[in-house]
Amino acid sequence: MLRALDLRKDFGGLTVLHPLSVDFHAGEVHALMGENGAGKSTLMKVLAGLYQPDAGQVQWRGEIVSFGSPHDALTAGIAMIHQELMPIPDLTVAENITLGVEPAGPLGFINRKQQRQRALELLHELEADINPDRLMRTLTVAQTQIVEIAKALGRHADVVLMDEPTAALSDHEIAALFRAINRLKNRGVAIVYTTHKMNEVFQLADRISILRDGRLIATAPAKELNPQKLISLMVGRELADIFPPRSEPGREPVLEVSGLTREPAYRDINLTLHRGEILALAGLMGAGRTEIASALYGLTPATSGSISVHGKKVTLDSPDTAIAHGIGMVTEDRKGLGIIPALSLRENISLAALPLFARGPLVRHTEETNAARHQIQTFAIKASSPEQPIQQLSGGNQQKALLARCLLNEPEIIILDEPTRGIDIGAKSEIYAVIQKLASQGKAILLISSELPEVLALSHRIVVLRQGKTIATLEASSSDQESLLKLAMPL
Amino acid sequence: MPSLDRNLLHRFGILIVILLIGLGLSLTTDTFLSLSNLTNVARQVSINGILAIGVTFVLLTAGVDLSLGAVVALSGVACATFAHPGEHNVTLPIFIGLATGAACGLTNGILVTKGGVAPFIVTLGMMTVARGLALIASGGRPVADMSPSLTNLAGDIFGIPIPLLCFAGVALLAWIFLRDFRLGRYIYAVGGNENAARAAGISVTKVKLFAYTTCGILTGLAGVVLAARTTTGQPNAGIAYELDAIAAVVIGGTSLAGGVGTVTGTILGVLLIGEINNGLDLLSVSSYYQAVIKGVIIVGAVWLDRRQSRS
Repeated sequence: MLRALDLRKDFGGLTVLHPLSVDFHAGEVHALMGENGAGKSTLMKVLAGLYQPDAGQVQWRGEIVSFGSPHDALTAGIAMIHQELMPIPDLTVAENITLGVEPAGPLGFINRKQQRQRALELLHELEADINPDRLMRTLTVAQTQIVEIAKALGRHADVVLMDEPTAALSDHEIAALFRAINRLKNRGVAIVYTTHKMNEVFQLADRISILRDGRLIATAPAKELNPQKLISLMVGRELADIFPPRSEPGREPVLEVSGLTREPAYRDINLTLHRGEILALAGLMGAGRTEIASALYGLTPATSGSISVHGKKVTLDSPDTAIAHGIGMVTEDRKGLGIIPALSLRENISLAALPLFARGPLVRHTEETNAARHQIQTFAIKASSPEQPIQQLSGGNQQKALLARCLLNEPEIIILDEPTRGIDIGAKSEIYAVIQKLASQGKAILLISSELPEVLALSHRIVVLRQGKTIATLEASSSDQESLLKLAMPL
Repeated sequence: MPSLDRNLLHRFGILIVILLIGLGLSLTTDTFLSLSNLTNVARQVSINGILAIGVTFVLLTAGVDLSLGAVVALSGVACATFAHPGEHNVTLPIFIGLATGAACGLTNGILVTKGGVAPFIVTLGMMTVARGLALIASGGRPVADMSPSLTNLAGDIFGIPIPLLCFAGVALLAWIFLRDFRLGRYIYAVGGNENAARAAGISVTKVKLFAYTTCGILTGLAGVVLAARTTTGQPNAGIAYELDAIAAVVIGGTSLAGGVGTVTGTILGVLLIGEINNGLDLLSVSSYYQAVIKGVIIVGAVWLDRRQSRS
């Protein structure tokens, strides 16, 4: 139904999509698998008219088409749900869902009643209980995601492209989404799907295409593949062990937190982080993990409680004071709090550590460029040059750049908030290796992650949070997923 | 060389437009390329140029300054008031003019950062307040009787207009600043993504205060230069100057959303606007039509530039 023929896409001299051809059939879920920067999102964006191909063509129902904009593609029947959500925060849920296809009444006024009804139906199809009159900005990330999916469903598209739709969803919401996808499939809609979660692919996909470094490695029916085979095709090598061994933590406390409170997010938080230790904050969404991290980095200070670094009490009222006390953070909100899109990769990497490459107020460009090049190599960031605008890089490469930025200051205490969210296994294992290496060098690491296997395999100790309170502190070696979940679940 | 010029290539389009218009004017008029006309153009673009460089800083932080014209008048009046012959050394009125501009800019900056009021509103308020203060301080009449030592500043040195030297000096300093200074980089970062800049340890407040105050000082300088040129401090001077300045900056490729833009782009924008103004005068186009033509050219130039930089 939809076919890519020798499609090629370049960004600033770097070919991110080598000529590749792939078919998408009606009534079929087609998964695109690959590491970050493999070209999955780029391929989707070309199909959805967001990018123009540099060579090759897109065929739609047997005819060559050229979509100049997402609107063209949408009109033809191709809708895309983006990885980076694009809601309009000050409109209601119903207005967002029907955006551009508002039911019109007499005189062209919007028929509010129908609009609301339409939104309700679509949300109902996704088994989501969201009031269509709420403003988008009041929704959680997961709810926003559901609304974006409802929006695409509402277009009666014949092809729905989904770029990691489940990254922020809970198991319950994912199950509802899968049921909706299966209904679409039975209706004859073609679904193109990317994810980093192995179990999802085999649960959902009929066919799988594997991309690596912008090349199509293989397309095969899902039945003929298994997770091991898929991973080795994705990374191009066998992954002996994703999680590197842990080193022994030190005894010397580096960061001590007591009685930290900011209502209603969290209260009376106590924790101690030692030299060379990886301490995980585990808990469900809304348990206060990110808020505590924000307090420790001075982004949103706590209202009471004390924080000590190396035994000395400190006041962390802004990120620059936190950095001055040797604290660094990699945010979970790459787009909002992470990258400066218009600046180059080099400028993004050096941003927090610019004083290191300056004589007085003057930036020393050569030293800065050398440091950026070094970080790009160390973290294997894929870019055509340090001068490439960071917004052209893939999510995983942006994430690595943010890690590189944080580490350039050589912080003693490193806060990592969902450091592997939405990135592939290859990049994940690279980041795990970096984390273990940092710990073995004596850095103290506070790790926040929603992925329990990651928490259990990486950390030494785990602090379990529930509804803003510390519930328990566990040794990672004597814990398992089940007991962690039990502690984290509200009673 | 990194970041020597973020998008010099994109600016070629405007350069070509400037040269084409220049070619057209030199063919249709005898006077365009004459030395006296060119020095006249130089003199005319200098004030807009100084303002445009100043407001580039503010626009880069994703702000805006609508108070430029009014602050030009207030600084000019303040300067002229202290410039009567034989009263003070020439440096005092100049300093007063710059300080007046700086105070206005700093006030804008404080209201934007600490007050959290939108830059559009803050500077709109400053626009009427500064205009009012200029009228109050002057009693509504031009402040005349300025010492020649100050009005001479509008003259030439080695045949080059001093206002042009001021513009060139300001442009050079701003160019170096944005390229080589940490604070320069921070201005781009704050304009590009304010929250991310803060999370990277940058004091957003300091950066914005700096941008607005710098813009204020340069506006004060423009006020002094204008007072020297007209030999009076006019409380009604500078009306709508902010529009030409912002237009020049935007023509030069600076994004109103912040984080993108260059000093070289601004200079080209200033030259293009100056050339259009002069050309329409030389062709004796009625001032009513001038306004229409200028508006069309400004929007057209930006449209062409954006189309080019997208491809």
